[in-house]
Amino acid sequence: MPWDRNQMAARAAEELEDGMYVNLGIGIPTLVANYVGDKDITLQSENGMLGMGPFPFEGEEDPDLINAGKQTITELRRTSYFDSAQSFGMIRGGKIAAAILGAMEVSEKGDLANWMIPGKLVKGMGGAMDLVAGVGRVIVVMDHTNKHGESKVLKECTLPLTGKAVVDLIITNLGVLEVGHKGLHILECADGVSHDDIRAATEATIV
Amino acid sequence: MKKVYGSAAEALDGLLRDDMLIAAGGFGLCGIPELLLQAIKESGVKDLTFASNNAGVDDFGIGILLQTKQVRKMISSYVGENAEFMRQYLSGELELEFNPQGTLAERMRSAGCGIPGFYTKTGVGTVIAEGKEHKEFNGETYILEHGIFADLSIVKAWKADETGNLVFRKTARNFNPPAAMCGKVCVAEVEEIVPVGSLDPDKIHLPGIYVHRLIQGDHEKRIEQRTVRKREEA
Repeated sequence: MPWDRNQMAARAAEELEDGMYVNLGIGIPTLVANYVGDKDITLQSENGMLGMGPFPFEGEEDPDLINAGKQTITELRRTSYFDSAQSFGMIRGGKIAAAILGAMEVSEKGDLANWMIPGKLVKGMGGAMDLVAGVGRVIVVMDHTNKHGESKVLKECTLPLTGKAVVDLIITNLGVLEVGHKGLHILECADGVSHDDIRAATEATIV
Repeated sequence: MKKVYGSAAEALDGLLRDDMLIAAGGFGLCGIPELLLQAIKESGVKDLTFASNNAGVDDFGIGILLQTKQVRKMISSYVGENAEFMRQYLSGELELEFNPQGTLAERMRSAGCGIPGFYTKTGVGTVIAEGKEHKEFNGETYILEHGIFADLSIVKAWKADETGNLVFRKTARNFNPPAAMCGKVCVAEVEEIVPVGSLDPDKIHLPGIYVHRLIQGDHEKRIEQRTVRKREEA
């Protein structure tokens, strides 16, 4: 059985180590916070916060306290606030250990496309280009194929890039792939998924 | 020098003209200078360029100036939540320059610090890098980005003293300090103006040197995405 969204998030959480400062993207990456267990992880929200807490209880929403997805959230005892220039200073400066992001396409060289589809409504890249260029490690979590069954793990991305040679690890519903110098390495398969299944579903070079 | 004004319109008096570049604070609808935006709308000034992370929603934030077609160009990182924006953009009425969010913040901050350009890795190998100077430092490629020197800055803070020292609240700080720094003139709106001496000098987030005019007012502080959890999940 391929992994579901929660299993992919749980697998991504295994990549996080005690003491890390981490930025989680919108979608499946947000679920990673549910699986960090006892590890001491500090979540960054790039609008200007370290130590992001869970959603507030009803009636306790604060319009001055939102995450990068503009959702109401809460603070923790460790929380600190800062402005956007400092927030991206710590991202660009390599202080954030890892970013876990969704993707439309990833190439075997680690190129990432996750911000626009030509001809469709373009909303903007937000902080994604800064994150992938700046953080220590970029982990992509996404379905292995699109809704037409086509591989999202490609030799070359077809969509406009968010970053070039920026992705370190790809976690999909089929397994875990590492971006190497000559292509992708399969590190792990989901339960009941074989190396051959992953190869069959992947357009990119697997070495 | 008196910095406190009686209303947003009075605080903006003599500062507005067509074709100007305005840097605005705020992220989404959080920490936006809603009173000053309303006053800019009522002034009728047009062909404005806004450097602002977002463009508001249809009926709030910069969105109210899009409805009246007072905006010619946006410099933003994300404009997702605004139908009127998309309509004007797709019909060619509105110009849009996408900036990565951190690049936008640093373009404001650096201009405010007298730095006209800086090199960043953000956007290398993407459409953002096209036409920009590339330079290698220690074997890595960077692109040159330019500071944003705005004609006017409009920002929102939580509290101010009468000399313009500002204190922000939680994530409503966001783009407000860098936006405040990059304008020739900065007008700030706050929820409360307190007497000089009542703010702890160690807890000033933006010194009053950056703030030229100041108003106090009531803020709607609209929430864009109300997300909550149930009590029993705790």
